[in-house]
Parts: sequence; structure tokens; C-alpha cells
Amino acid sequence: MRHHLLLAIGPARFRIGSAWRGPIDALRRLYAAYPQSSQDDAVADFTVRLEPAGIGRRWWRPSVRIAGDYHLPDAVPMALRHGLLAAEMGMNLQMALGWRRHLLIHASSVEKGGKVLVMAGESGSGKSTLAALLGERGWRLMGDEFALLDFATGAIHPFPRLVSLKNQAIDVMRREVDDAARFGPLMAATPKGDIAHLIPAAEAVSRMSEAAPPALLLFPRYGHAPDIRAVGEGEAFMHLTQASTNYVACGEAAFTALHRFVTTVPSIALDFSSGNEADRMIGRLWREHAG
Amino acid sequence: MTQAERLYYRDDPDEMLLRPLDGLTLIYHRPSGITHIVDSPVPEILAALSHEPLPARLLLESLSADYDLEGEGEALDNLAAHLEELCALGLARAR
Repeated sequence: MRHHLLLAIGPARFRIGSAWRGPIDALRRLYAAYPQSSQDDAVADFTVRLEPAGIGRRWWRPSVRIAGDYHLPDAVPMALRHGLLAAEMGMNLQMALGWRRHLLIHASSVEKGGKVLVMAGESGSGKSTLAALLGERGWRLMGDEFALLDFATGAIHPFPRLVSLKNQAIDVMRREVDDAARFGPLMAATPKGDIAHLIPAAEAVSRMSEAAPPALLLFPRYGHAPDIRAVGEGEAFMHLTQASTNYVACGEAAFTALHRFVTTVPSIALDFSSGNEADRMIGRLWREHAG
Repeated sequence: MTQAERLYYRDDPDEMLLRPLDGLTLIYHRPSGITHIVDSPVPEILAALSHEPLPARLLLESLSADYDLEGEGEALDNLAAHLEELCALGLARAR
């Protein structure tokens, strides 16, 4: 395509092509600390293409269709001003539908002292914001969206893409991170609400090939009075199969890895009403279960 | 053929991977790739099934030797219902 970039995030390499320069320039800036290449012959796991949604739509009310190795045929095209979001969504889609080297769990993860805290939950549960917050408070951010569970070792591998901040989370993290250069442009009124991307802290990127064993699994739920509740192994297993996009595709290896995960890692549901409150609660739980 | 005359069996003991989970049992069914989460008495019934096709009545006798089952008539009805469910899920076979 006219503009393109090869980008490595954790173990995955993406070739991103675009009919427009803008999204590629934005990616180049925000992913400046990640391994990049513009070589045509560089090898990638996945290709993402940002194409005009129809004839003439490169110039006239420019509209982006996400294409690539895997795509959703019924996806509605997005405005070019949201091109960066389209690229991120395209990369997520490739991972969700095509990754087979690890069990992919829709969860955030952070590491401290060589052990990993995994946080799984629905969209809006606060798992992404909590990971971003902890990533600024002494933890290493491993990923805000996908945790990659190693079939052989049971370790969690990092996938520290840009943190996708939505709505109120944008202000929460602007108060936390005193560096405007780490934020991408505010994309207002996207199909996912207001979105701004945050570049992970330097350590998250420089150590993005370092896996570590999981020590605690949390199911956070934002917007409720503070509470903690032990989650049974069966309930955790069921939630994680639902939170994995490749559990069925990975067959017996996924079954064995997930069974080991839920029988060796304590699972706790955590209700919270603010980031600071969750930080304190997680600190206590971490000392209790992983200290 | 009436249900009482049906013979139940399992094709291959290696077609399932069973793992205990918090009082429940996880089953990975290799031919279908489907995971089942089941409670007692399903694992016990699966363990009682073998290559040899047997009627529910004989399977009940085998289970009664190891487990305390109440009310023979009711227990047989329950076992037959479980066996039919297992056949429907592809975890057991009948002829």
C-alpha cells in the first residue's frame, strides 16, 4: 500500500498499510520506542490494511475500512480522523481471530517482583484503566487488552500495545501521567466513545519480551461499593473460556493450560468505585496472595 | 427397543481428558474439541462405562457396589436419564 509500517508488539509483528499518511505517521510517533521497519521484505504475523471505504472515499469524506488477514465483513467504515483507532482495532482483530501461539485471554496484566497480576472482565469493568494506573505506580504494564498464556510453561507473555483510554479514563490518566507527549490525539465520538491512546511507560516496552508466571487473577468491577469475593475454580474457568477468543481453536493445549491456570492461581472478584481505592485493595490482596 | 433394553458403552477411554476442578469435573472431549463442566454422578457413570455394552440395570449394580444409591427404581430411572444425556452429548454411546 502507499504508506506502510512493520511494528513488533510483544511476540507479534504487524504490517500495517494505509491509503493515507496520517494513521501511519501517528503510529510511527506513538510506537517510536517499539521495533519498527519500513522494509518491504520484513516478515510479519499479520497484515492490517486501512482502505478507502469505496471509490473516491480516499478524498471525499474519507472513510476507512479495516481489512487484513482477518476482517469483519459487516464492520461499518470509520471516519479518517479516527484512522489511528481503526489501525488499533485492526491489530486487535488479527490477534483475536488469528493468534495461535498462546491462549489469548481478554484481560489486562501487570507484573511486579517477577509475578503477574491478571485482570479479566467485560468492557467497562475498569481492567484496562486499572492496568494503566498500576503501570504508573510501580508495576510493569504487560498489556491492557490481551494476556497471552503460554501453553508449555503457564507464563504470561506481554502484549503492551498502546493503552486505549475511553471516556472518563482519559482524564484519570491525564492526572496520573504528567507528560502530554505520551498521549495520542483525542478522538471524540468514535463508535467506542471518546478515545485517547497512552504510550506505556518505558519499562513496559523495553521488557516486552519478558514473560512471568501468573500469581493472582482478579475480576474487577468498576462502579460498585468496595468488596472482595473469592471466585471458585469452576467459575474462573468458565469466565476465562468466555474471555478467550482462541480457546476452542487451540483445543487440548488450551484446556490443559487453562486448567493449570485456574487451579494454581487464586481468583478474586473485586468491586471498586475509584482507582485509588482499587490500588489500595490490590496492594493488600497482592501481599496476601503473592507477597 | 425399549430404554431398558438399550446397551450403553464408551468407544475409547482415551477420547476424554478428565480433570478435577473445585468439586466439579472438567471433561475435554477430544473428538469434538468440546469442554464440559460436570458434577457428580456424571464422572462416576463415565468411569463405570467400558467397551462392553451393558444395560442400565447392570451399570447400576456396578455403581451400587461402590456408591450408596437410594431407592432402586428411582436410581435406575435417574441413571437411564443421565446415560441418555451423555449419549446426546456424544460422551457415551448406545445401541
